[in-house]
Amino acid sequence: MNFPILSSLILLPSIGALFLFFTKSDKKNNFTGKYVALFTSAVNFFLSIYLWILFDPTTSEFQFVEERIWIKDLINYKVGVDGISILFILLTTFITPLCIVSVNNSIKERLSEFLIAVLIMESFMIGVFCSLDLVIFYLFFEAGLIPMFLIIGIWGGARRVYSAFKFFLYTLLGSVLMLVAIITIYWLNGTTDVVELYNSGIDIKYQNLLWLAFFSSFAVKTPMWPVHTWLPDAHVEAPTAGSVLLAAILLKMAGYGFIRFSLGLFPAASEIFTPLIYTLSVIAIIFTSFIALMQEDMKKLIAYSSVAHMGYVTLGIFTIQQQGIEGSIIQMISHGLVSAALFLCVGVVYDRMHSRLIDTYGGIVSIIPKYSILFMLFTLAALGLPGTSGFVGEFLILMGAFKDNFLVAVIASLGVIIGAAYMLWLYKRVVFGKLINTDLKQMFDLNRSELFILSCLAVPTLFFGFYPDPLINTIEVSISDLIDQYNFKLASKT
Amino acid sequence: MENLQLVLPEIFLSLSIMFLLILGVFKKNSSRLVQSLSLAVLIVTAVITFNETIGINETKLFNNSIIIDYLSSLMKIITLLAAFLVLIISSNYLKTFQIFKIEYPILILSSVLGMMVMINSNDLIVFYMGLELQSLALYVLATFNRDEIKSSEAGLKYFVLSALSSGLLLYGCSLIYGFTGSTNFDVIADQLNSNEYALTFGIVFILVGLAFKISAVPFHMWAPDVYEGSPTSVTLFFTMVPKIAALTVFIRFLYVPFLNLIDQWQMILIFLSIASMLFGAIAAIGQTNLKRLVAYSSIGHVGYALAGVAAGTNDGIQSSVIYITIYILMNLGLFSCLLMLKRDNNYYEKIDDLSGLSKNHPMLALSLLIILFSLAGIPPLAGFFAKFYVFKAVIEQSMYFLAIVGLLSTVVAAFYYLRLIKIMYFDEQKEKYDTDHGFWLKFSLTASTLLILIYFIFPSQLIEVVSRINII
Repeated sequence: MNFPILSSLILLPSIGALFLFFTKSDKKNNFTGKYVALFTSAVNFFLSIYLWILFDPTTSEFQFVEERIWIKDLINYKVGVDGISILFILLTTFITPLCIVSVNNSIKERLSEFLIAVLIMESFMIGVFCSLDLVIFYLFFEAGLIPMFLIIGIWGGARRVYSAFKFFLYTLLGSVLMLVAIITIYWLNGTTDVVELYNSGIDIKYQNLLWLAFFSSFAVKTPMWPVHTWLPDAHVEAPTAGSVLLAAILLKMAGYGFIRFSLGLFPAASEIFTPLIYTLSVIAIIFTSFIALMQEDMKKLIAYSSVAHMGYVTLGIFTIQQQGIEGSIIQMISHGLVSAALFLCVGVVYDRMHSRLIDTYGGIVSIIPKYSILFMLFTLAALGLPGTSGFVGEFLILMGAFKDNFLVAVIASLGVIIGAAYMLWLYKRVVFGKLINTDLKQMFDLNRSELFILSCLAVPTLFFGFYPDPLINTIEVSISDLIDQYNFKLASKT
Repeated sequence: MENLQLVLPEIFLSLSIMFLLILGVFKKNSSRLVQSLSLAVLIVTAVITFNETIGINETKLFNNSIIIDYLSSLMKIITLLAAFLVLIISSNYLKTFQIFKIEYPILILSSVLGMMVMINSNDLIVFYMGLELQSLALYVLATFNRDEIKSSEAGLKYFVLSALSSGLLLYGCSLIYGFTGSTNFDVIADQLNSNEYALTFGIVFILVGLAFKISAVPFHMWAPDVYEGSPTSVTLFFTMVPKIAALTVFIRFLYVPFLNLIDQWQMILIFLSIASMLFGAIAAIGQTNLKRLVAYSSIGHVGYALAGVAAGTNDGIQSSVIYITIYILMNLGLFSCLLMLKRDNNYYEKIDDLSGLSKNHPMLALSLLIILFSLAGIPPLAGFFAKFYVFKAVIEQSMYFLAIVGLLSTVVAAFYYLRLIKIMYFDEQKEKYDTDHGFWLKFSLTASTLLILIYFIFPSQLIEVVSRINII
């Protein structure tokens, strides 16, 4: 246990990025850079698999904890994982190599800079999921803005500047209040160590305001209605790999934050604000589903569907039921896989036709059959068909919700129908129907790397749909312990 | 008299200035020699300061009118090093405009001497003397490119407004003298009677004068014009060095004689701080000239440094010293970049001149990117830690309003830093700039960028250095 596996996970991509930075890349042939990046992220993935194997799911204690003095008498560098965070680390290390493979087709210029940004991003995201100190968490959480801003701004589409600014300023505005809250916690408890804070609890007088400050940050990042408007813009303008990172991993930071910090640190406040979360989640599910129905741009449609899916996630988290929270985590993992795949699917046709408008397509099923099959699979997974991972998550969330609040659960269940409507309608308009646009005939089917990426995403989507036990086993104990702690703190303080 | 060695740095610096002046007058074409000697003088003075005074306990000299303690030694060393860096990277710029003259280093040395006296002062008269010495040198420096009408305008503007503020300051001093019977900080502290409202007036007048020198809102009006008009190397000096001395005096003046009146001045300081942060952030948005933009951004940063002073604790003071140190580092990097925007003997200072910099000069653009994100206070860069310490000190005093306004204004400020990054990275490229910059310019840019970038690995060091500051 002496090997600092988590720090290695955090550092490795950055080292790869540093290496890329110093490798001279000639313009024509960027293979070296790509292989370096791919190699680094693949090693990282296997390292995280190794972590998962070593991980002991029978305890809710933090494992692989590393602690070093960082700022003397103020902050310690402390990382560790429990059942809740380990899956997100796996998701990150799994998605990143796929992103790097996908740049083959979409990123034409400044490739090595792009790869550097992606690798640094990976470092920061892993850091977010395993930091056990609020300041370290904040550091990683915010630092991710820099590479993402550049990814959207440099390699994005036509309105990239607007979107990059909106993304950056929205999230920064949300986060600064969290910084105030973190410093306040330090002032109240004399520490920002999450484990110690779990044990000592936070003064009930301050919990509401602190909860709201954290909420302001997480709500923007999730994103929850009504502060979700940066997301469609950012998604639409970002390059495919950027959208994938954004949808698959960045959005999960907030869901993770809700579970780890809002529930863990402020149980009393979470109890008070649950109705608020319920309301916003339900509005997000219904309202953004309707918006998604009306979109003409495929990426925008998927972006709005992300908002709706994250609505389920926040709903599930605040049911404070075993099933609800488990469902939320599985939903996040599943959404990470499925939305990544959907963005890649859009990327595939975009690379060929340079259009994201649904109108452009139609009747491509006979031209690119392989693509159509995989796209079908992910469409069904997105609407939560049994047998896909999307179903497990949604089902568990709704089960938790029915236990807690009948009305909310009923409305949320209706959202599933609208979800099915917009996804199927999208699929129908793009893939089926008459072939009107004759340019489409020149499209070629998935090439090897695209097929590889989409299959990589399809396998876990199906596997966890039929057999979600590996996921549930990993998170089960941590969540039940979290809920016990929650109820205990709630009972002892009120 | 055995303690004379404690003022050895000042004595050495004054003698050197006189010597260099004579040397410059009697030896023709000696500007290069004077420049090198001045650099040596600054370094030697810093070394002497470090050797003689850094380790000693608080000592007062000359009828208690001068104080030597850890704060003053530290601030003097920072001032000297900052002046050294300014001087060493400005030579190329001066040569381009053919103003590479002996007066330049000598004026900088004299103003540094004035600042050292200010930092040492424990008496209103000594403080005022130091202030005037540095200001007089600065007026001339602002007009240094005398054939340029803007430069002359800047100097004149600075002179008129600065003289006005000095007048106010002096009036405040006389009020305080009138009500306490002394100009010495310690005696004032003893004689303090909080019922005297006129004393508060005195404090306010002095604060106005100081706020002017440090360019805090609402006494900032001179800064954008002067910063824009002065030669860039002088602007660099303006944005860095005088702020250190002014901040020290702020701390000394408020915490030694007037600590008991903290209720009275804390509000003023909070106002100065909030106004500077907000105004600096908002006014910078519309700027098209980089130097003007830097002026507004420095107004904002002064606001953050003052927030630490307003906290009223040792932690607060330490945090603002950290802030100003990191700010200097970032500014040094920023100006090194500005001084590299040179083509055909012409320096470019419009925002649009940065357009597409990342394609023509990727390393320069990357450095500027890091510096700008750091100025915006985005972790894990040094600028974030500077803000973190300040707001930690502020929140520990439950001054939530100040903290929240401050952090919200960082979001506004982030906008114009992002705009620069956007222009560099997202816009179309223009002509290339020269790349034959001197060694020192490249060195200062690389060093400051690297320090900003890796600060998060060793954050404790700077804290340890300032943690010995103990005023209260």
